[in-house]
Amino acid sequence: MMNNQLNGQINLAPGTLITGKWNKNKYEIKSLLGNGANGTVYLASGKTGDVAIKLSKDSTNITNEVNVLKKITQVQDSILGPSFIDVDDYINPATNECCYYYVMEYVNGVSLPKFIERNGMEWSSIFIIQVLSLLDKLHHKGFIFGDLKTDNLLVTKEPNKIQWIDFGGVTQIGRAVKEFTEFFDRGYWGLGSRKAEISYDLFAVTMIFIHLHCKKQFLKNGLGINQIEQVIMQTQTLNPYKEFLMKGLKGEYVSASAMKQALLMYEQKINATKKKKSKKDQATTAQTMNQTRQSKKQNQTANQSTQSNKHSQSTNQPRNSTSQNQKPNQSTQTRAGNNVHVKQKKKRFHWFETSTILLLMGLAYALYFYYQL
Amino acid sequence: MYKGKLKQILLITDGYSNHGEDPLAVSSLAQEYGITVNVIGILDENVQSGDGLKEIEEIARAGGGISQVVYTKQLSQTVQMVTRKAMTQTIQGFVNKELKQILGDSNSIESLPPSKREEVYEVVEDIGETVGLEVIILVDTSASMKDKLETVKESLFDLQISLNSRTGENAYSLFIFPGKHDDVDKLLDWTPKLEKLNTIFPKLTMGGMTPTGPALREALNYFNEQNYNRGNNSDDEQSIEWAD
Repeated sequence: MMNNQLNGQINLAPGTLITGKWNKNKYEIKSLLGNGANGTVYLASGKTGDVAIKLSKDSTNITNEVNVLKKITQVQDSILGPSFIDVDDYINPATNECCYYYVMEYVNGVSLPKFIERNGMEWSSIFIIQVLSLLDKLHHKGFIFGDLKTDNLLVTKEPNKIQWIDFGGVTQIGRAVKEFTEFFDRGYWGLGSRKAEISYDLFAVTMIFIHLHCKKQFLKNGLGINQIEQVIMQTQTLNPYKEFLMKGLKGEYVSASAMKQALLMYEQKINATKKKKSKKDQATTAQTMNQTRQSKKQNQTANQSTQSNKHSQSTNQPRNSTSQNQKPNQSTQTRAGNNVHVKQKKKRFHWFETSTILLLMGLAYALYFYYQL
Repeated sequence: MYKGKLKQILLITDGYSNHGEDPLAVSSLAQEYGITVNVIGILDENVQSGDGLKEIEEIARAGGGISQVVYTKQLSQTVQMVTRKAMTQTIQGFVNKELKQILGDSNSIESLPPSKREEVYEVVEDIGETVGLEVIILVDTSASMKDKLETVKESLFDLQISLNSRTGENAYSLFIFPGKHDDVDKLLDWTPKLEKLNTIFPKLTMGGMTPTGPALREALNYFNEQNYNRGNNSDDEQSIEWAD
């Protein structure tokens, strides 16, 4: 059977009972979950409870996805995705048309952008780290995810964990990527081939990170990596991650775990700056407090003191914020310098400690010898 | 089967043919020669429906290929998807033929139980990854295509990225219709890379009739000519084997 057109949606009303042609398992359609290029996904109830059913008029995609799902969820110790339940054919009794479908575990969760919108941007890095952990396991099995995008990531409840859905793009390493989405595809940006390589997935992860922060999928303008770099520069929350992201775009991470380590390091760095900033803020407030106290002593009138307080705050704050915004790089540099200093001090202290111990031991030994003589 | 090559004609147009022989007839003939004809119709952003592009579906059906009507901005995604899907479909066609010979006429991949089907598709996928592919691209250069040509170029580059990521070898050839003096002009001879389009496309003069039928005929002849040459010229064949 040749089909002349690309896939269309398969419409099934809630309550429709689907009986498999081969396995005779029954599923009752509950609601539409989504519709993509390769099929339509419904929530349904089966023997074991809620399941997700993906249907298509083309058996190719369904069968290929089943192949992939079976391969990557074979090993029980690591959960790499919703587990595979059933595969079968459905013949619509009204039209006598044949549909191909497979059944998998239903992942109940919210989309990643929605979760972040509700719970705050600080979650973004956590989920990216989780995605990288999943990817590392998948890569070790010899596959890449391929069509990695924000829409294919769900956050489950309690615990809040990332889970990926839609395995249509999963491709054996070394082959051509089967399915992709332009914004997350390095080929679209002119930054590499569509060969299934680890770096292909890591590029997509980088674009997911950028998408989460700048909240839109922009079209290419022909400038390639420079365009994305500009977006990173223009998005304030992406600024501190610039080097981390550029490495991902250029394909410089050798593995998902290497990228994960890098992100963890950046998080630490960024948190340290935040802490330092808050310390600075504390210091400035302390200063103003002192000033107010002094002014209180001098003038002994409450009105004047509050005025000066307000004044000092208003002059301090803008200066602070501008210096923070304009020179994030410098501040990281000086912080790095401070770290080195502390380390050196520590080193010297250690050296001092060991030498004293050695000296004492030597002395004790000498005394022992002297005694023996 | 691994050593064979898949042959496709990719027709990119935005309207009805209005000159020369019937494209449906040529397309049917192409299928007889084992050449798949895929057709992509480009829709203007401000046009609501593609009624005028019904012909493309018929051409693709006659040529055993896939057709798709898209807006300009979706062109890249579609061109590579249609090409790859048509490849899979052709390979499945071969497999189905074999199955019918072994198991009887009523059998196809779809009539196998799912577990057997999985094994067959795995083989189909293997072949799709490694098989050689030859594509003749036919680009409509009538006046209405003028502002779409840049996107067509982009989408062909994109197709190249996708296909050249496969293990199998690829060769492209590009014709435009109408040509400067004839119905059809050859712009690119067989090549594994399409980069030359960057210099060729800007120089094109657009306008004239839409001789879709003659263009398909030319592509068909070009495929057959090549076969004929290879068949007669033993030197050529040896050099290919040697290169492998």
